[in-house]
Amino acid sequence: MSESVISVQNLTRRFGDFVAVDHVSFEVEQGEIVGYLGPNGSGKTTTIRMLLGLLEPSEGKATVLGYDAFRQSEDVRARAGYMSQKFALYDDLTTLENLTFYGGVYGITDKNRIKQTLELVGLTGHESTLTRSLSAGWRQRLALGIALVHQPKLLFLDEPTSGVDPTARRAFWDLIYQLAESGVTILVTTHYMDEAEYCERVGIMRDGKLLAMDTPTNLKQKVIPGDVWEVFAEPLQDGLNALHEIDGVLRVGLAGDHLRTITQRGMKKTALQTGLDSKGVHVANIAAGEPTLEDVFLSLAR
Amino acid sequence: MNSRLVSVMRKEFIQAFRDRRTVIMIVVMPILQLFLLGYASATDVKNIPIAVWDQSQTPQSRALLDAFRSADYFRIAYAVSSQAEIQSLIEQGSARAALIIPPDYDRRLLENNAQVSMILDGSDASVGATALSVAQLIGQSYGAKIVEEQAALQGRPMLSASPLQVRTQVWYNPDLISAYFMIPGVIGQLLFMITTVLTASAVVRERERGTIEQLIVTPIRPWELMVGKITPYVILSFVEVIEALIIGHWWFKVPVIGNLGLIALSSGLLLLSSLGIGLFASTVAHTQQEATVMVQMTMLPSIFLSGLFFPIDAMPRVLQWISYLVPLKYFIITLRSLMLKGAGLGTIQNQVIPLALFGFIIMGAAARRFHKTLD
Repeated sequence: MSESVISVQNLTRRFGDFVAVDHVSFEVEQGEIVGYLGPNGSGKTTTIRMLLGLLEPSEGKATVLGYDAFRQSEDVRARAGYMSQKFALYDDLTTLENLTFYGGVYGITDKNRIKQTLELVGLTGHESTLTRSLSAGWRQRLALGIALVHQPKLLFLDEPTSGVDPTARRAFWDLIYQLAESGVTILVTTHYMDEAEYCERVGIMRDGKLLAMDTPTNLKQKVIPGDVWEVFAEPLQDGLNALHEIDGVLRVGLAGDHLRTITQRGMKKTALQTGLDSKGVHVANIAAGEPTLEDVFLSLAR
Repeated sequence: MNSRLVSVMRKEFIQAFRDRRTVIMIVVMPILQLFLLGYASATDVKNIPIAVWDQSQTPQSRALLDAFRSADYFRIAYAVSSQAEIQSLIEQGSARAALIIPPDYDRRLLENNAQVSMILDGSDASVGATALSVAQLIGQSYGAKIVEEQAALQGRPMLSASPLQVRTQVWYNPDLISAYFMIPGVIGQLLFMITTVLTASAVVRERERGTIEQLIVTPIRPWELMVGKITPYVILSFVEVIEALIIGHWWFKVPVIGNLGLIALSSGLLLLSSLGIGLFASTVAHTQQEATVMVQMTMLPSIFLSGLFFPIDAMPRVLQWISYLVPLKYFIITLRSLMLKGAGLGTIQNQVIPLALFGFIIMGAAARRFHKTLD
């Protein structure tokens, strides 16, 4: 049996009557990038907080890097990096001062190590810029640098790309891959479906429960119960109501300008078309859709 | 050296100096306050506690004491029987003045050349000045009364000269310069105010920005974070005290007779209280604004009930009781005794002990809350 970097069994956390995390179990191997996907309030952050020993589990057990996450949190924290969605930076310090401070807190006083970290996150040349005047993308890199300054073997990223533009997000993910290649294990939470696709494995959280955890491909194959269609109907709400009443339609969800529709496998496009026509819904187009994690999510709903 | 501790201290220093308001507060405020308050003070005095050494113990001497008593200005707080007792009471600040009635008072009153002497503590200039004029006034009017009585009784012509003279003697600040009184108070108030305000935002600022959470997941220990955060302000405060002492001594010519070590010790004890209050507010508050408001609530009693402007002796009883809870009060009394009277540890212990007690209690409570915030 290979040693797991993270091993979680029946991890549960209650706040009064509210169950924030409900008997969650999973394993993460070394060098993996594991995504934790779910809407806000589904228990992602609570899970991470328990893994870092910030919260005591109500039930269950979590082992991180071979240490008990709650009882030996000091050992975990010294070896793990954490980047929160708030980007915990001091606005009135410069880039270098921020990094030097956090480095010192981890006992790293070697200036070269700090320089290396700056280089790694691509902030060389911005050393004396006040953090306050950095763009969101740069702030994100600095926050990552802070989480990495002590060269952790495990990195927790809690919604690391919130409020950052798509280009910066892409660049950020390139960095994450680079880190994973060097052997760093990464657990990242997100509520962006497209971002979860970047992960090797994705766990789907909803209402505190881990509904599934697998590679994005496997999830799509195993969880989605049929075929995926993109239905462009006008108005969308009428289409939504009508689709629910058609035989063979399993799931319908709003997706921007169209309706994501999951039907029984092998259902014909014409069957959908005639079904909608008979209900008097104007259909602009129906196209076969490429299954996404969004569809996985839709399939797991209720 | 502990790199975590050093990192926190360095970071707090950088932050303190990067914020221009803080710099202004630290550097300019002492100068501004010293000059403003050093030149302006006018206060009304009542119930000045005095010590009486009645060597005569005759109906005549008791009649004189009644005259002093009936005026609102004095409260006969101590009956003493030696010069040394007077010395120690005035040094402690327990008595602000002393009245000495000589043994031959009754005999000499009949001879119309009685003298009593009044010793005044000039370190509190406003009290001293009032006491001085009031004592002379009481002496005059009481003398006039005796003359009248004698004239009526014996049918003798009224004497033009008063049979009673109050000879006054001012100790410590013979010219009753108000700056002597104000400067030690201003130093105390500055020290208290700046440190509470600065530390009040220390923890809550981190919570507002979410950096506290990041710090919790690092190996830093709560005491390192706390000490690291406080130390820079302690250093700045001592720079402040030195700045104020220099201006006070060389510009306002306020004597600094006392032991500098004792001045540093009592300043340290005041800091324990002020940093404790600031830190406590910081761990309780949810926003920096809230912390500032909390701290400001301690500011008013500190300014008005510490004896900085208004003598505590003249306040209503209830306010006097409340003043026992004002750490700044103990410090100002101590600093005045140290600077102006050159008091030793023995004389200031009545102030230093409650000051230390207050400091340890509030700091202890703050440290507990601080620990809790981090768990």
